[in-house]
Amino acid sequence: MTEPLLQIDAVSKRFSRRPGLLTRGLDRLTGTDSAVTVHALTDVSLDVPRGEVMGIVGESGCGKSTLGRIVSGIYAPTDGEVKLDGKPVAQGPDGNVQKLTTRVQMIHQDPFASLNPRMKVGETIAEGPRLHGLMTGEEARQRVRQLLRQVGLEGAYANRLPHQFSGGQRQRIAIARALAMEPELLVLDEAVASLDVSIQAQVLNLFMDLRRELDLTALFISHDLSVVRHVCDRVAIMYLGRVVELATAEELYARPMHPYTEALFASVPTLGTGRAAFKPIKGEIPSPIDPPPGCAFHPRCPFAGPRCRAEVPRLKPSPQGRSVACHLHDGGTGSEETPREVAA
Amino acid sequence: MTGALEVRGLTTRFETRAGPVTAVNDVSFSVAPGRIMGLVGESGSGKSVTGFSILGLIEEPGRVTGGSVLVEGQDLRALKPDQMRRMRGRKVSMVFQDPMMTLNPVLRVGDQMSMAVRVHEKMSKRAAWDRAREALEIVGIPAPAERLKAYPHQLSGGMRQRVAIATALLHRPAVIIADEPTTALDVSIQGQILAEVRRLADETGTAIVWVTHDLAVVSSLADDICVMYAGRIVESGTSEQVITAPRHPYTKGLIESVPSLHEPGRKLPQIPGSTPQLLNLPTGCPFRPRCPRATDICATEPPRLDTDGRHVLCHHPLETT
Repeated sequence: MTEPLLQIDAVSKRFSRRPGLLTRGLDRLTGTDSAVTVHALTDVSLDVPRGEVMGIVGESGCGKSTLGRIVSGIYAPTDGEVKLDGKPVAQGPDGNVQKLTTRVQMIHQDPFASLNPRMKVGETIAEGPRLHGLMTGEEARQRVRQLLRQVGLEGAYANRLPHQFSGGQRQRIAIARALAMEPELLVLDEAVASLDVSIQAQVLNLFMDLRRELDLTALFISHDLSVVRHVCDRVAIMYLGRVVELATAEELYARPMHPYTEALFASVPTLGTGRAAFKPIKGEIPSPIDPPPGCAFHPRCPFAGPRCRAEVPRLKPSPQGRSVACHLHDGGTGSEETPREVAA
Repeated sequence: MTGALEVRGLTTRFETRAGPVTAVNDVSFSVAPGRIMGLVGESGSGKSVTGFSILGLIEEPGRVTGGSVLVEGQDLRALKPDQMRRMRGRKVSMVFQDPMMTLNPVLRVGDQMSMAVRVHEKMSKRAAWDRAREALEIVGIPAPAERLKAYPHQLSGGMRQRVAIATALLHRPAVIIADEPTTALDVSIQGQILAEVRRLADETGTAIVWVTHDLAVVSSLADDICVMYAGRIVESGTSEQVITAPRHPYTKGLIESVPSLHEPGRKLPQIPGSTPQLLNLPTGCPFRPRCPRATDICATEPPRLDTDGRHVLCHHPLETT
């Protein structure tokens, strides 16, 4: 097997807030610590081979957007490393971000916020290549027109401003801007979430066409399970900063293994099922500031046993060749054992 | 017909600088007690303005220019502003998309809920507080007595939306209008709330209008569906009829563009073009430029109401077998 294009190797990201001066003074006097740390990502490893579209799915606070931002070089990981083509990439404000951003491009959720309202869309699209000295003047104008046509708009639209376009058209422009850099990896963060259903289908079709034409590699971050199933080859399910299950889209949707994945599928309303009896997951997503010990899902999990409350499950490949982080599939939850042993 | 809510010929116009815009155009439907009606449409279809018009919450430069809104037989449009205020929250209440906008951030949940009770009914603070606690219990909030003492920022998004729904339920209204109430929530929390709402409608007999862009949500929650396009209801029927056998080409296009109905990786059927500007509607049928079935008559004549069975606003509705 050839080396994957993107390697995410044991990446963790913690955000800390340094308490204010007064609080720090009080802390010193009382011997306490008021610093707050958000565990946004914990020990995430993923490989994405060239040409693959990898779906990243999870609910708010699961760390999916943080992961996308680390891969795009917006954040530096606290621990671990991201490699592109086998070479570690420096990230964050002090790293060589410029070099990286020519190879990884991000498409954001809200095309009303991601396009500069005062810049003609042609300038927006050409800005990246110009800044990096990839092309100049007439060449850039040509390329902008070609890109606009590639995303299904007219070349003449280059002289218009973003407010003259609808949401779907703006998202096409954002895609054109990303493609202008001829990136090796695209990171799409909820790229169709804010679009109307009929427009969403148009943009998904465009993405699938471009993917075939340009042999794109992409991280497709979304909360929408049906969209992910449609466009992704493999899917990673995230919960509270960790990947809990990883499988091909086909296998995952046919037979989810992690109880969270299963519960997530059960709580999504689908078309045509009629007046369904919802089987919602009980409880709420815990806070990433103070994640529960052991498996982060155990307070909501119907199968949780003593081992789940004590030991963090590792993402292990199952005999079926899929990866799942759950004690159920790795020696049991310990509920058959005497609880005393665990308590000790 | 005896509906908890009967809307007849409701029309709402906005006088904009560029000219008048008819955001809600001759909209009629009725919801029986205990039924949930899904009002579905894309952005700009007029679904939210319909909800606001029912409650008399349209502000300048907008105005409800025609039609009637009957709640348990009483026409809300004939009421004076202070009479209408007494109806709101008691007979008809509303749940909005963003609970952080509806809840007062500087008041405890219990304070604002009991205030809502005492606005309409004379009772002691203590009794109002108890009523609020019961309402929180009904929407499935654990430890309701504790939650009453919390401020909105101390609650999660899902919890806040439950508080908003509980507040809407305080006076056991005949009708609740819910405007995209689960759109901002995570799927697992949305699932919980949909289950509660379904149970509430069944148990309390409240009629619910569920305004949403999400077809999948209404198909599993609602009894009936009205589909809106450019200010008009273009198709209505029971959820099953509309989802399994749509008659309007727009409804069909909407349903077909949902990815879960197709083999992964295949090109999705898409509705070409984008939703029309209300200021500049096409002649005849507003869906005509995007419609695969359009003919000459669609450009000249406004669409005909097909009264054969279900409500379909189309010159060439699809046949159901």
